[in-house]
This record gives sequence, structure tokens and C-alpha cells, in this order.
Amino acid sequence: MKPRQKRLVFALAALVGIAVAAVLITTALRSNLAYFFSPSQVAASEAPKDAVFRVGGLVREGSLKRDKDGLTVQFVVTDNAADVKVKYTGILPDLFKEGKGMVARGKLGKDGVFYAEEVLAKHDENYMPPEVASSLKTAHEAGAGNATRAVVQ
Amino acid sequence: MIPEIGHLALILALSLAITQAIFPLVGTFTNTRSWVAMARPVAWGHFLFLAIAFGCLIQSFLTDDFSVLYVATNSNSHLPNLYKVAAVWGAHEGSLLLWAFLLGGWAAAIALFSRGLPAHVVARVLSVMGMISIGFLLFMLITSNPFERIFPVPAEGRDLNPLLQDPGLAMHPPMLYMGYVGFSVAFSFSIAALMGGKLDAAWARWSRPWTIIAWIFLSLGITLGSWWAYYELGWGGWWFWDPVENASFMPWLAGTALMHSLAVTEKRGAFKSWTVLLALFAFSLSLLGTFLVRSGVLTSVHAFATDPARGVFILIFLCLVIGGSLMLYAWRAPSISSGGRFDFVSRESFLLINNLLLSVLAALILFGTLAPLIYDAMGWGKISVGFPWFNTMFEMIAPFLVLAMGIGPMARWKHDDFAHLFRQVRVALVISLIAGGVALLPMFSHGKMLVGLGVTLTVWLIATHLKNLQERLKHKHGLKGLLRDLAGGSRSYYGMWLAHLGVASFIIGATVVSNYGIEKDIRMTPGSDVTIAGYRFVFDGVSKTPGPNYTAYRGHFRVFDGANQVAVLEPEKRHYQMQGRPMTEAAIDPSLLRDLYVSLGEPIDGGDWSLRVYYKPFVRWIWLGGILMALGGLLSISDRRYRIVRKLSKSEAATRKAGTNATGNPATETA
Repeated sequence: MKPRQKRLVFALAALVGIAVAAVLITTALRSNLAYFFSPSQVAASEAPKDAVFRVGGLVREGSLKRDKDGLTVQFVVTDNAADVKVKYTGILPDLFKEGKGMVARGKLGKDGVFYAEEVLAKHDENYMPPEVASSLKTAHEAGAGNATRAVVQ
Repeated sequence: MIPEIGHLALILALSLAITQAIFPLVGTFTNTRSWVAMARPVAWGHFLFLAIAFGCLIQSFLTDDFSVLYVATNSNSHLPNLYKVAAVWGAHEGSLLLWAFLLGGWAAAIALFSRGLPAHVVARVLSVMGMISIGFLLFMLITSNPFERIFPVPAEGRDLNPLLQDPGLAMHPPMLYMGYVGFSVAFSFSIAALMGGKLDAAWARWSRPWTIIAWIFLSLGITLGSWWAYYELGWGGWWFWDPVENASFMPWLAGTALMHSLAVTEKRGAFKSWTVLLALFAFSLSLLGTFLVRSGVLTSVHAFATDPARGVFILIFLCLVIGGSLMLYAWRAPSISSGGRFDFVSRESFLLINNLLLSVLAALILFGTLAPLIYDAMGWGKISVGFPWFNTMFEMIAPFLVLAMGIGPMARWKHDDFAHLFRQVRVALVISLIAGGVALLPMFSHGKMLVGLGVTLTVWLIATHLKNLQERLKHKHGLKGLLRDLAGGSRSYYGMWLAHLGVASFIIGATVVSNYGIEKDIRMTPGSDVTIAGYRFVFDGVSKTPGPNYTAYRGHFRVFDGANQVAVLEPEKRHYQMQGRPMTEAAIDPSLLRDLYVSLGEPIDGGDWSLRVYYKPFVRWIWLGGILMALGGLLSISDRRYRIVRKLSKSEAATRKAGTNATGNPATETA
């Protein structure tokens, strides 16, 4: 092969390699993506039925209940416009508290309960996950326009 | 009074930074000697005022001056003194001051240790560092002044975030920042070289020790952070691919690539423009890291309360630095000669592969970290990228990196042939494949395929490096040669050797703990026991204990291996009064082969608790790896090629003359 052909082959191989890598990376990415939905969106059935996603908002005061085995907890997450019931087995993070923000990752069951695999609360008390902050804002704006809706707090 | 002095010192430091940025640089182009000569004294003055400001903030913390807003929000009169000092960098404003202070420190160090450098190079380097400092000081004075007062003065401070009240974390940010800021030196050297158009072996030799020092700090900082997360967050993980962790890992990858690329540039004169580009990237990624942590644009377990105005400022600063430096690069890089040629099979090639893989890995992590921002900006929804994706990417690339790491040091510069290389590595290859195969046997691997890969790579690294050492000593009369080398001859080789074994240590630790670790969340009644990996944990109940600024529930566990009691573990659940928040304090029985880890969950009823009981084999090897890498770096900068350290070391003063002859570059050797 002449040097020019060699270079061409090399460039083509590199291009193919990059294309294959890009496909692999994005496929892997797609199967690891978790979209965020607010309780209002979940209530409006916008969330996927059988894929992992995240839901976040405030933990409703007085909603935290513990099952008999001691490790399974139930609580209600709200954006002050709609509620979603969440079930989680495991130890809750230190900063998990009623009335505070949290994000849970998991799947929505057929019974409408969100089965969480992971519950996150944050390092800092005043910190609010950006998704939760914006969904609370959206719900608040919607609530202001629609006075019939009960808004907690 | 003290806070006002600090504030004034910051303003003076800013004016000196402006001076430092403008006059020496202009002087190098107009050949105004006096302006060029300003660089050093101004850099010292700049550092002096930053040190005063930093000292004032520490003093405000130590004297519980709650009229300073930052002190009031981050300290408390009951806080132990050590944490009062650590609280200085416990939040945004103070950590920025630490950044600026360290930047000033690095610049002053350059001014001090650069006597052998041409005056105009020093002037340009210091002037670039002055520009960076202007950005940070303006940012601090405009948006986040640590000396701001509040009125009325609160009687008591809100206390430091309990998570940060820990010796490991007290040291973590300064280490990390030393690394981040340290890359500004390589960055400044590169910018200075691009301005001057002169990129040669001497340039690489000057930047190399600075880069390695920064890399050592960053490695230690990341290791400390991982260790801290393991014992302090109370859930026993050591890496989460969290945006903030990625923010420190990306500059580390770029810095590692830079370090290796600088070696080629110094020894062979090749890779010049690539080295410059890596230096620009390493520092840009450090800045990006600061931006990600401080702007709160990403959801992260590390994120702290933030303010959008600050985010915008850092973003603009980031664009100026990255955009400006890349533009300069695009303009000047074509004039850089490509330097030494090398064949397809040569050490240069293997270092190039290493560089490419490290860069690709950094790019992938960058993509994964920023993907949520990209999706949000494009209106595709709010997403998070799960950590399995990062793991997959890492596992896909790291093995090739390790493969090249084994062969690279064997290969000759410029030209080598396959047959020779294969003869060098064939024994190592066979041994590592056998070891991997044995590890894959069902009785060892329990069906976990990655164990085989991890063991193969570990053994491969160890075997190739032992072989490499043997080859080296063959020509040096064995042990005597080793001692002579270590006495000062060529420590950088042993630095490389040690750091590479650190990688092996990390791989085996990560492999074993990920595949054989046992994590159990359970509910226990006082008096009951649970057996994990052969260890019987007896739960003796929970008692209440007071601490200096908290009250704690303390769990009591005895751990038995057969009939022998091997450990008493007392995890705590602390409640910090001022912040009104709980904190889990895990109890760990550490050893090289395994950690036993217990942390308290919540009280359930009738004295029962939910608990985490973990068995973590080999987890220490992960951090041991980080420490070995840092030690390797340390050993390699003590090599006599680099003046900085040689000046400090008396034993090497004797061999100095020989060094001058060997390196043969009088420009760098004049005192």
C-alpha cells in the first residue's frame, strides 16, 4: 500500500472505531438513565410504568410509617399539588426528615406505590435538589392559578 | 477590627494581583527590565496579603467573632479548636479564600525556587498566575466576602456542618485544592511558553516537578475523600461517581496524562503541543470542578446550599480561562515544532496510548457528569446517570491502560521491536493469565467474572514491574546498584515503579471489596447476634453519651471469630444541638485483610435498632494504592534532575557537580 492509502485506511478504521464506541456508550447510557418526575407528573400518569425513574419532593408531615420487620418504611412524597406513596426497605439517610426534601430512585408498582431502591437526602439542611425546587415551584404556580386545589403549607 | 484588616488585605492582594498580571508581562514584550524584575517581589507581596487575610479569618474563628456572618454560620463556641480552624474552609466563602491563598502560595514558591529560570519566563508565568488570582479575588470581593459582618450579632454560632467535623475531612479540602491550584502552575508555564513560542526540553523540565507535586496533592486529596466518605457517611461505600467526586477525578486523569506526556517532552522532545494541551485541560477541569461544586447546577450528595449569581460569575470566568487559553493555543500551536520522531513500537507509542486512554476516560466521565445539564438544556427531561454506567466505562478502558502500563516501561525509546518486547513480558503474561484463571475457578470466584480480570491485571502489573526491575539491576550489580540509585542517582525510576504498584494495590482492593464484600441491613434486639463472613457480631444494646457539642447514642458490639473476641465496636448516632441534626458515626475494626463495619440506623421500638453490619475485605488496599502513588510521586521529584528539591537536600549537594554534567543544561543549573 502507498502511504496515502495507508493513511486513508487508518482514518477509516479510526472513524469506524469511534462510531462503534459512540453506539456502545449511548446504549449503555440509555439503560442507566433515570428521569425525574414530580409527584404531579406521576399522578397524571406521565411517568413510565416499568422503567426506573426518580421522584422527588417534600416528605409529608406525619406520613412516615414503619412496618413490623423494622426495615420497611412508607411515606408520602408531595409537591404540594399531588401525593405519591413511597415504600422503601433499608436504612434511611440521616437527613431524611418529615417536611424536608428528598429524592427516591425506583419503580412505580401496579398498585400506584413507588418502590424505591434508593432514597437520597442531602448533606446540608438548606440544600434543595434542583429538580425538587423547580417542581415545587411549578406546582405552586399551578396551585396559585387554581384556587380549588388544596395546597398544604 | 480583625475582619476589617482581613478585608483590606484582600483588596490589597487584588491590587497586587492586577500589578502582577500586567507589568511583568508587558515588560517582557517591551524589554523593560525593571517591569520584568517586578514579578518576584509582587508575587511575594501578593502572597503576604493573602496570608494576612487567611490568618484574620482563622483568628475570627478562634475568637468566636460571631459578628462575622461566615463565622456565625459555620462555627460555634463549643466547637473544638481544631474544627474551628477546619471550619475556615468548611463552606463557600472560606474555601474560596483557601483557593486564593494556595494560589498565592504556589506563585510565591515559583518566585522562590525559580532562580535558574530566565527572568522573562518567570515574569510571564507569574503574570498568568496573577490573572487567575484576579478572577478569584474579584469573585470573592463581589459575591462572597468571607469578612461580611452581621447585625445584630448573634450570641451563638450555627455550628459547622457535623459531617465536616472530622479529622479526615479537615485535611481533605486543603489537599484537594493544593492539587487543583497546583495545576495552575503547569497551566501558567504552558501559557507563558505559548506566548514566547519556545517549547523545549528545558521548559518540560521546569514544569515537570511542579506538575508532579500538584498531582501528589490531588492523589492524596482524592484518597482522603474516598476514605472519609467510607467511614463518615455511614454507608461504607468508597466511590459513588458523584459529580463532585468526578470533578476531582477528571483533573487527576488529565494531570496523570500530563505527567507522562511531560516525561516524553523532556526526554525526547516529542508530544510538545499535546503536552501543552493537556496542561490547559488539567487546569480547566480543576476550574470546572470548582464550578460544579460551588454552583449547585448538579444534584449531588456533596452539594451545599448555593447561590445562582455565583454560578454565573464562575461560568464567565471559566469561559474566559478555557476560551482564552484555547484561542492562544490555536494561534500559537502550529508554530511549535513536532519534535522527536519515533516508531510505532517504542516507549513513546505506549505513553501515547496511555495518554489517549486517560484522556478518553476523562472525556467520558465529563460527558456522564454533564449529561444531566445537557438533557435539561435541550429540554429532553431531567435525568441522572446511574453509577453503573460510569463503572462500565471505567471497566472498559482501564484494562487497556493497565496492559500498556505493564509493557511501556519495558519498551525502548524511539525504536523497539515486537520480538524483544514479547521476550520481556512473556513470563509475566503467562503468570498473570494463570493467576486470573485460578481466580475464575468457581470455588474462588463464586461466578463473578470481574474477579478474574482484576486478579489478572494486578498480577500482570506486579510481574512486569518485577521483571523490569530485574532487567535494570542486571546492569547495575544487583542490590548495590539499587541502593546507589536510591541514594540519589535515579529516584524517578523507582517513583514510577512504586506508583505503578500503587495502581496494582488499588485494583486488587477494588476487585476484592466489590465482589466479596457483604453488606447487611438488619434489625437487632439487644442481646441477639448475627454472623457475617464467619464473624459473630453480638449486640449489647445502646446507651446515651454526651459529647462536646452533641449528645450520642452509642451502640455496643462485641465481635467473635469462633470463640475469640476480635473487636469491640461502638458506633454512634450523634445529635448535634445547634444544627439540630443527626449524624451517623460508624465503628470500624480495620486490618489489611478485612474491615468490620457497624453503623447505627434508627431506634425502632423496645430497644431494637436498625443496623448496618458490613464485612469489607481488602478495602484498605484501595487507599494504600493512593498512598503508594503519592509516595512514588514524592520519590520521583526527589530525583536530582529537579533543582527544587535538590536545593533542600544536603546529601545531594555533594553529587551536584556530577548532576550538572549529566543533565548538561547549564541554563537550568546556574544557582
